[in-house]
Amino acid sequence: MKHENEAVIRFPSLSRNEAFARSVTAAFAAQMDPTVDELNDVKTAVSEAVTNAIVHAYPDRVGPVTLRLRRLDDNILEVTVKDLGCGIEDVAQARQPMFTTGGADRSGMGLTIMESFMNALSIRSRPGRGTTVRMKKKLVGRGDPDCKPRS
Amino acid sequence: MTFTSFLQDKRLTILLSGEIDHHSARETMEAVSEKIRVYLPRYCELDFGAVTFMDSSGIALVIHTLRAMNELGGKLRLTSVPPQPRKVLLASGIQNLVALSQERSPA
Ligand SMILES: Nc1ncnc2c1ncn2[C@@H]1O[C@H](COP(=O)(O)OP(=O)(O)OP(=O)(O)O)[C@@H](O)[C@H]1O
Ligand SMILES: [Mg+2]
Repeated sequence: MKHENEAVIRFPSLSRNEAFARSVTAAFAAQMDPTVDELNDVKTAVSEAVTNAIVHAYPDRVGPVTLRLRRLDDNILEVTVKDLGCGIEDVAQARQPMFTTGGADRSGMGLTIMESFMNALSIRSRPGRGTTVRMKKKLVGRGDPDCKPRS
Repeated sequence: MTFTSFLQDKRLTILLSGEIDHHSARETMEAVSEKIRVYLPRYCELDFGAVTFMDSSGIALVIHTLRAMNELGGKLRLTSVPPQPRKVLLASGIQNLVALSQERSPA
């Protein structure tokens, strides 16, 4: 598939990188002329995916997290968050609202939020090898008639 | 994430501000628990007016606070909730357990 723009960032699974990942994503998506609400949805979903990599994938070590941002045709933003951590045994179970292995500090809502705030969510995971979460959202944008075609 | 609180007539108001994510939530959770433990309020209000971003870590914060208030037989309210945190809170169904309003509570 043709993509018009792409950015790949790799960072260690440190919790201060949650805010960094949101900012980078917002800066990338800003080129696609999103509404404030769309931008907030995307930032929220990225925060969930990156937090999962930090909290669950590497529970007691620091490992690499890769964030890939792509702008696809039809003003679709694709966000991929990949880790090489512990993986998920049962993805269908993990996607259930309120399912968590994180105890009282977590609510088990992250994957549910990603699913409802984005248009598409796919998860590939292998126990012991890692997890890749891919999300897409079409940015309908502000529909500003003065908005010039982007170059 | 910064944190201000005041107590008046057994009413504890906690003003949350900044970004609530996994990085900031734990400290906030502990600070909120500590205030409740010390002041034993009858009402607790979490004011989200200055919160600029919140993810599911904020849901856990609210549930945690709700538990602490339930143990005291007290009430919790969430006030001045901006659109982004509101959308996250509504996704969790928490509005069935705790009052949530866009407005400031009456003084
Ligand atoms: N990248 C990952 N690596 C390993 N396990 C994961 C990963 N992402 C999710 N999981 C598993 O799926 C469960 C559900 O994830 P989800 O984000 O929905 O909830 P949570 O992270 O537990 O809580 P919340 O997101 O509300 O803080 C997690 O508890 C964890 O067991
Ligand atoms: Mg999560």
